[in-house]
Amino acid sequence: MEKDEKPEYLNINSSLYQTRLSKKFRERKNYAPADPKIILSFIPGTVLEIFVKEGQGVKKGDNLLILDAMKMQNRLKCSMDGKIKSIKVQSGDKVPKGVVLLELE
Amino acid sequence: MPTNKKILELKEKRQKVLLGGGEKAIEKQKAMGKRTARERILALLDKGSFNEYDLFVEHDARDFDMDKKSLPSDGVIIGSGTIYGAPVAIFAQDFTVAGGSLGLMHSRKITKIMDHALKMRMPLIGINDSGGARIQEGVNSLAGYGEIFFRNTISSGVIPQISVILGPCAGGAVYSPALTDFVFVVDKISKMFITGPEVIKTVLGEEISMEDLGGARVHSEVTGNAHFYSQSEDECFEQIKKLITFIPWNNSRKAKAFEPSEPSPEYDISRIVPEDPTLPYDVKDVIKALVDDSDFFEIMELYAKNIVIGFGRMGGRTAGFVANQPYEMAGVLDVDSSDKAARFIRYCDAFNIPIITLVDLPGYLPGVDQEHAGVIRHGAKVLYAYSEATVPKLTVILRKAYGGGYIAMSSRHLRADFVFAWPTAEIAVMGPEGAANIIFRKEITTADDPDSVRKQKVEEYKAKFANPYVAASRGYVDAVIEPEETRKFLLHSIEVSENKVVPMPEKKHGLPPF
Repeated sequence: MEKDEKPEYLNINSSLYQTRLSKKFRERKNYAPADPKIILSFIPGTVLEIFVKEGQGVKKGDNLLILDAMKMQNRLKCSMDGKIKSIKVQSGDKVPKGVVLLELE
Repeated sequence: MPTNKKILELKEKRQKVLLGGGEKAIEKQKAMGKRTARERILALLDKGSFNEYDLFVEHDARDFDMDKKSLPSDGVIIGSGTIYGAPVAIFAQDFTVAGGSLGLMHSRKITKIMDHALKMRMPLIGINDSGGARIQEGVNSLAGYGEIFFRNTISSGVIPQISVILGPCAGGAVYSPALTDFVFVVDKISKMFITGPEVIKTVLGEEISMEDLGGARVHSEVTGNAHFYSQSEDECFEQIKKLITFIPWNNSRKAKAFEPSEPSPEYDISRIVPEDPTLPYDVKDVIKALVDDSDFFEIMELYAKNIVIGFGRMGGRTAGFVANQPYEMAGVLDVDSSDKAARFIRYCDAFNIPIITLVDLPGYLPGVDQEHAGVIRHGAKVLYAYSEATVPKLTVILRKAYGGGYIAMSSRHLRADFVFAWPTAEIAVMGPEGAANIIFRKEITTADDPDSVRKQKVEEYKAKFANPYVAASRGYVDAVIEPEETRKFLLHSIEVSENKVVPMPEKKHGLPPF
């Protein structure tokens, strides 16, 4: 280690090792289980059409919206019975992967 | 001056083509801090050794007014020459000619020199500087790429293949470097990506600069696609030349032997490794204390720094080193470091280079991200690569060798030829803290003072198992040696492994977990 470097520690099997931590390790995200009520973009693309409105009741299998990506019009279907709590996008929006499109309740 | 008209005609014809894309295009190339393709070849090869072929090749595309365009040498220079006397085949794309774009004849020139390299069993160096496919030539340019990729694959493990990225290398074109053994990149000059920033912006709305997407630094630090990083073309060429001295011409030869020399006394091997297994040190100092002239040539210096790989010479002969680096992430094996090590082990095995493994690791890195990233599959690559390798395998356990990490790092059980351990070695199923917590869980949790009982049990475990002698008593370690004896033992091991023969079951090929 350089003289003025602040040592970092890594815990492996209850032993604490003095070392440098990699950027990748420091910036890793904590795991969170997927919430079925939050509909995320599974692929980056463009929202072509939204079939539902806020407050509307929906049934499992209903079409929610079309996410156009890689020259394919992907129809996102509802995974459960419920109500649309909020819609976070408008048709025409370009979205990266993993963005909240709408929330159910 | 020759008076023969035909010779003068040849000279004239050559002169015209040698200008490549013309003075203006050359000026532009220089403004980007880049050499021309021909200058690059001349800078890399031994003086006066370059023989050029296919200088007069021209395209015969017809569509989109291409029939009216002349592209000198079709934008790529091919030939052969030598580097420190070693024969090499080389091609260099000429960005000054239609942006170095790859058309049918351009690709045929490349595949010609690739075929030549394979047939003559000599290393191939490809200098990439190209905007990509020549769109006007349509599917013909795709065919050209495919023919190159096929040859890269067929030549893999037979001749060394080196890719030098000295400009853009985009789209399908990046798969040729990816299939070769070593990729060299230069800061601010190299750019590699499948889809460029513009496409990413139009399709996804994500904005990123070329440098941040696929610059030299990114490929050296983040993606692991590049093996050697440098600040300038000059530095890059020095690296390539040095690499050539460490590797053989082909897989039926050994690397050239040099005069043996001693390591520098600056590196005192007995004082580098702290006794406390939780304290860090730079394992590169240990390597430098072992190799001739303390000259260690590191590969992938910036990627997955928790494992160190590279070449050094032992008694004048090339050896490949694989070493856990306690300095970084405590030297753990994880997805990236497993990938890095496994590929290098297979490289050494393919090209008859003995592998020296220096072990000091607490095990595999725990974590959801690691498990979900497939650390099982990636970690298995290390086991596969070591087990499969038939070159001499020498292992030195410097300090910790715990659990799966112990097995993976060229253990006796994967058929290491010689396993040595220093007295500081701790060869055990896991670290004392973790082991005591499991074995003595009941005693610890039911004690009035769990902390002091835990401490006592950890000490008990340490005294009994945190040493090299349990493994030595089973013959898993061949000799417990003092650090100062390491070089002597390794030199002798390499000497007696010279004619190593390993019978392997017949098969078409194995199925490494990639």
